[in-house]
Amino acid sequence: MNGPFQFRIDGVEVAATPGQTIMEAADAAGIYIPRLCDVEGLRHQGGCRVCTVKVGGKAAGRSVSACTQPAEPGLEVENDTEARNRVRRDLVEMLFHEGNHLCPICEKSGNCELQAMACRLDMTAATRFPYLEPCRDLDASHPDIALDTNRCISCGRCIRASQDVDAKGVFGYVGRGIHRRVAVNGADLAHTDAALADHAMSVCPVGCIIRKGEGFATPIGARHFDHGLIGHEIEGRAGEDLARKDGRK
Amino acid sequence: MTEPRKARVATVSLAGCFGCHMAILDIDERLIALMERVEFDRSPLTDIKTFNRRCDIGIIEGGCCNEENVHTLIDFRKNCDVLIALGQCAIMGGLPAMRNAIMHSADPLRECLEEAYLTGPYLRNTTRLIPNDPVLPLILDKVYPCSEIVDIDYQIPGCAPSGDIIFSTLVALLDGKFTGFERETLRFD
Repeated sequence: MNGPFQFRIDGVEVAATPGQTIMEAADAAGIYIPRLCDVEGLRHQGGCRVCTVKVGGKAAGRSVSACTQPAEPGLEVENDTEARNRVRRDLVEMLFHEGNHLCPICEKSGNCELQAMACRLDMTAATRFPYLEPCRDLDASHPDIALDTNRCISCGRCIRASQDVDAKGVFGYVGRGIHRRVAVNGADLAHTDAALADHAMSVCPVGCIIRKGEGFATPIGARHFDHGLIGHEIEGRAGEDLARKDGRK
Repeated sequence: MTEPRKARVATVSLAGCFGCHMAILDIDERLIALMERVEFDRSPLTDIKTFNRRCDIGIIEGGCCNEENVHTLIDFRKNCDVLIALGQCAIMGGLPAMRNAIMHSADPLRECLEEAYLTGPYLRNTTRLIPNDPVLPLILDKVYPCSEIVDIDYQIPGCAPSGDIIFSTLVALLDGKFTGFERETLRFD
């Protein structure tokens, strides 16, 4: 397996190169697979499972995370179906219940990927899960950055960004299982070498890592997800490809 | 043959700020078209305070923060065919639910009341007491979303929901054609 090959997502032929994950190939083809822990520029983690797709046919199929599973020639991937999206909606809903996510008071609202994912996945029915309402810490020790861990979804983006891009290791996981949390490498954030310019401070999908002095700067209507559903940029690529091909004709 | 009667709508604000009721007014001039199809029954808009007949649609603003909220909500469920939770407070507790966990306290209700009436830095409370008159509804240990108390048929998200989403949802329900919201119109704030 050396050259480019084809596989199918929801029956659509997608081109891939060896080593590409299902999600990378889908992104390039303009097919959006919902994701929270994965973000461009960081290594894949496969933690949130929101990108779960089914490969290998409906009945005998296996659920895999599209961000870590390599694409293979002839693979049949089930992505945007009611069944897949129902599982994703439940996962996202449980993330809302596991922390304290009060959209009306959160400065990330409108730019928050968790919120945007809930909108995309139609999370509007009355909930079937209890709210855990944990008591978590607010760390405002750093002069430029605050951490409201009530909103952390443990996606690990800040950990990967700090280790791999900033080469600092400001963030890391502590604890196991349901008790696993993101923690800082010091007594508090002020006692780490965290800096506002770090890549880690710009990758948080929710309102946990707060850049002080910037809150609510963007008016409602001009925020990122006021312009379209999460994933619309990737889905727009499919249209661009067609337009480019048309232009060449 | 008698004319088909107008749908009866009841509304109430529980632990809310009346912002969602204000948002109903954001339906603007379409209210005239809507009022040809519905009439308000028990509602702060009519000042009717009890149910005297069954209603078709009940609209709940706010979650439950005290005993009276719970009784009112159960009364709405008993007397309305379709119950709608309008806005984030009704759906998940909203701003009042900040007292549930964000106080970082083992006893959040006590801490909340003490700061509000006794220890807050900008207080002038000459009695030095937390209000405890028997006529006041008993405050609950925490703020509950409506769906934890009764079955909710539909939830319209937003803080407050836009007049557009309230109008389109009500019209779709009246037509018997509600199948869900336009994803692009969903807002949680």
